[in-house]
Amino acid sequence: MREDAPTVTVVRTSTANLASVLTGFERLGCRVRTTADPHKVTRAGRLVLPGVGAFAAARRAIDAHDLADALRDRLDRGRPTLGICLGMQLMASGSEEAPGVPGLGVLDCVAGNYKSGEEGWRVPQMGWNLVAPDEGCEIVPRGYAYFANSYRLTTAPDGWHPVWCEYAGRFLAAVERGPVVGCQFHPELSGDYGRALLTRWLEA
Amino acid sequence: MLPVRIIPCLDVRDGRVVKGVKFRGLRDQGDPAELARAYEEQGADEVVVLDVTATTEARGTRLDTVAAVRARLSVPLTVGGGIGGIEDAAALLEAGADKVAVNTAALRRPELLSELAARFGSQCVVVSIDALGHGGAPGGDGGYEVVVRSGTERVARDAIAWAREAVDRGAGEILLTSIDRDGTRSGYELTLLRAVRSVVGVPIVASGGADTPAHMADAVGAGADAVLAASIFHQGNWTVEGVKEALARLGVAVRSGYREEVSA
Repeated sequence: MREDAPTVTVVRTSTANLASVLTGFERLGCRVRTTADPHKVTRAGRLVLPGVGAFAAARRAIDAHDLADALRDRLDRGRPTLGICLGMQLMASGSEEAPGVPGLGVLDCVAGNYKSGEEGWRVPQMGWNLVAPDEGCEIVPRGYAYFANSYRLTTAPDGWHPVWCEYAGRFLAAVERGPVVGCQFHPELSGDYGRALLTRWLEA
Repeated sequence: MLPVRIIPCLDVRDGRVVKGVKFRGLRDQGDPAELARAYEEQGADEVVVLDVTATTEARGTRLDTVAAVRARLSVPLTVGGGIGGIEDAAALLEAGADKVAVNTAALRRPELLSELAARFGSQCVVVSIDALGHGGAPGGDGGYEVVVRSGTERVARDAIAWAREAVDRGAGEILLTSIDRDGTRSGYELTLLRAVRSVVGVPIVASGGADTPAHMADAVGAGADAVLAASIFHQGNWTVEGVKEALARLGVAVRSGYREEVSA
C-alpha cells in the first residue's frame, strides 16, 4: 500500500453488510477502518455511512452509539461523506417505512415506497438502472448502477445537485453537495461504474 | 423493467466450483474467486454462489470461499446452501455476501424469512425454490412440487403456493430452479415461471436448463427478471458478453459496460 493511501472510515452499524464496502475501497488502494465512535466520526477525513436493512433499526443503531449529532455536524459542514442506500435515506428527515422515526434531517424530504402492483415494476427494485446526473454534478457519473431498494426519495432538496433515475416514476438516484454524496444505489457493487464514482469521491 | 440480469452460478463444494446434471455427477470447474472475477469482466450483472454439499463441517470453508470471491468481485454476490438460521446468514453477510438464499430451513420454519427481512431487509433475502413437475410431463398442467436436498427429497409442498407464502413472509426475490431442467440445456421451465410470476410481485431469477440466449429471452417473456446459468459459461460455450449481444439482437434490454465519458 502506498504511503499516501487515503484512509476511509466506515460507520459500523449492526445492520450493514460491510465487506462489500470495505473491499471496494481496498481495491482502490485505500486504508479502511470501521468505527461506531462519535469522536472518530467527527474526525474522519473521509466517512462512509453504509446501509442495508430497515430504517428504524438503522436509526436505533445510530442512537445506540450516539452518532446522530456527529453525523449531522459533518454533513452540514461539508466534510467528505458518502451515504449509501439506506445511508442516503437516513440523511433525509424520515421514511414512510418507519413513520415517526426521524432521519438526520440534512435532506429536506421523506423517503417513500415504490407503488407496488403497477404493471411490470417489481418491488424491491433489484438490478441495474441508468442514472443521469444534473448539470453541476461532479462526482456521480452517468451510467448503469446497481440498486436494491423498496423505498426512495423523489424530490430534490434545495442546495443539492440531483442525480435522477426512472423506476415507476422519477426518483433521486443520488444527491451531491461538494464532497457530500448520498447514493440510493450501491457504488461498491456497481463494477467499473462504481469504481469511477468512488475514485472521484476520493479526489473530491 | 430493468435490463435483464445475467447471473453466472458457481456451485461450490469444498472450495471448488463443480457442476453436474440434475445435481448428480459433479465435476470440477475451477476456482470460485477466479471464475467470479472472470465473469464480472465479461459483464456479469451478479454472481450466485451455491454451496451444493453444505454440511456443518463445511461451513468454515464456505465462509473462506465467500470472502475470497468478495475480495475479487465488485458486483452483487448472492450466497446459498445450508443456511440454517439467522446466525448463518449474518456470518455470510459479514464475510461478503450481499444477499442470502435460503431453502430447506425456510420450508422447515417459514418464520425465518420474516426474521431475516426484519434484520437485514427484504432486498437481502432470497428464497430458493427447487421445483419438480408432477402429474405428467414437465411443463404440463400437473403442477409443481417443492423438493430439497439437491432434489432428492420431497416435502409435500406446492411450489406456487410456497412462492406466494415466502414473499408474504418477507422474501425479496425468488431463485426458481426447475429440477427437471437443471443441467439438461433444454431451456428454462416456462410454465413454472409464468405460474410463479402470476402470484408474486418480487423479482424472479430463472434457473435450470439454459443453453442459448434464446432460452433466456423466453424466460424473460415468461416473467423472469434475471436468468441464471452455469454449464454454458463454465464450459465456454458462451461468454456473458456473447449472451448479452445475442439478447440485444433478440430485443431484450441488457446492461452495457461502463465507459468513462470524456468531456470535449
